[in-house]
Amino acid sequence: MFAVEILGLDKIYKIGFWRKKDKVGLRNLHLEIPQGEVFGFLGPNGAGKTTTLKLLMGLISPTAGTARILNQPWRDPAVRARIGFLPEQPYFYDYLTPTELLNYYGTLSGVSVTDRRLRIPKLLERVGLAEHGSMQLRKFSKGMLQRVGIAQAVLHEPEVIFLDEPMSGLDPVGRREVRDFILSFNREGKTLFFSTHILADAEALCHRVAVLNKGELRGVSVVADLLSQTRGNFEVVWQGATAIPAMRSLGAELHAAGELTRAVVSEGKLQAALDALKSHAARLISVTPVGGSIEEYFLQKLVEPTEARQ
Amino acid sequence: MTSRIRAIAFNTFREAVRDRVLYNLVFFALLLVACAPLLGEISIGVQRVLLINLSLSAISIFGIVISIFVGISLVSKEIERRTLYPVMSRPVGRGEFILGKYFGLAGTLLFNTGAMAGGFYIALLLMTRSFTQADANILIAIYFLFLQFVVVIGLALLFSSFSSPLLSALFAFSMFVAGTFASDLRAFAAMGQGPERWLARAASFVVPNLASLNVITRVSHDQLIPFGLVAYNTLYTGLYAAVTISGAVLIFSRRDLK
Repeated sequence: MFAVEILGLDKIYKIGFWRKKDKVGLRNLHLEIPQGEVFGFLGPNGAGKTTTLKLLMGLISPTAGTARILNQPWRDPAVRARIGFLPEQPYFYDYLTPTELLNYYGTLSGVSVTDRRLRIPKLLERVGLAEHGSMQLRKFSKGMLQRVGIAQAVLHEPEVIFLDEPMSGLDPVGRREVRDFILSFNREGKTLFFSTHILADAEALCHRVAVLNKGELRGVSVVADLLSQTRGNFEVVWQGATAIPAMRSLGAELHAAGELTRAVVSEGKLQAALDALKSHAARLISVTPVGGSIEEYFLQKLVEPTEARQ
Repeated sequence: MTSRIRAIAFNTFREAVRDRVLYNLVFFALLLVACAPLLGEISIGVQRVLLINLSLSAISIFGIVISIFVGISLVSKEIERRTLYPVMSRPVGRGEFILGKYFGLAGTLLFNTGAMAGGFYIALLLMTRSFTQADANILIAIYFLFLQFVVVIGLALLFSSFSSPLLSALFAFSMFVAGTFASDLRAFAAMGQGPERWLARAASFVVPNLASLNVITRVSHDQLIPFGLVAYNTLYTGLYAAVTISGAVLIFSRRDLK
């Protein structure tokens, strides 16, 4: 079963004083996300990522198209109790404490009083806010608010969690924490759909990624496939001699850092490069195939002409 | 459904309390204290009339200001600050949200009006040393003031569901002023002829009849308020509020939350 099926969603915004001009927010988006997957939604700013999430959350209405979440119409209130959502740069009622906020959201999601009493302290513990449960949110840092945001998104134990730029604006420690949360929720069997323009995060977390630009889907790919695609090049790292003329003659650029030197050579010249190292008594450290990256895929899809995409 | 509306209403009330909206009670108390020396200069009968007029007018002004300015921000603030996103992504209908917000502010004003009424009765007791039957009549005037707030909150919500906070405040305030002179408008409609008559008549139905909800002068002079008027005003307010809230729900349900 698919966790999310997007069937031709379109969003055209009417702009201008008389609302006669059209601005494409999203054009004919089709996506299928199986249950249990971590799906990354990539794109530059203004690509349509947030528009897609707002459509799926029922915050805005589509111009055309439909979607299904957990095999039910996406606007069905019953579906809303089975999904979690963390908006981009979330802002919560700052006069509330995290405990009060979670109680409020829990009530709205239909979580019983007994369950709220059990879950909220555990959840605050899990996101590292157990000691701040009775502090007003106006005193929280951005990272702490993001943790509250994650707690509210999973409080009602949803099966699918939508996260809009969850690492945006966080320091490296905060980003690492959010990454760990995403992985742990996925280990619990939840499906995660998150938008980001930080490609390293997508590479570290996602099973599949989609690239969106100017409201159009440019491509979908399996991350493992992207990373395992070798380009027929190998990275050679060695210790010792730094200036080896034979290496240069093979067309490799040498990069020295401390005692180590690295060069990238083609598969056909690999043996010659290893022989050159041996003849200069250099100590071989590693030979690694150079794989593809999400960045390459992302940039390729952004510039690819429309007709080449399919 | 009711638990979600109740939760939203309670949160709205809590927001008003924590955002110090109820600090106006302090100003009300200070106003009563400040007027005490002034009242001491005049005879006891006039003192009582003055105290009733002054206190009830203050309750009305504070309540209307809160109804308009908090009412117009009930929805717009949530959209602007994006606090609405985690709410509307849950199984909460747009109508439930509007109703919760409405009841939350109405509850805040009920509490506010009740506290001010309590303060007023204490001041009255200190002045007259004992309550009379006529003093209970004042409660009806205070109840009517609360009904005015109920009408104005509905208008503020309706206007804020499709226009900016500034315009909403302007519209709501204009309707309040026009509503205060609703009886004049009806009299004008009765006197007029041709299209003017119909126009004035139509306007008199659209504009809330707040004049009927103002009996401050009557109670200050110990005139009894007939039960028929209480029933009429209660029913009228309920209907008027229902129409404005339905309009707000209808508009808000179709609105994109950008």
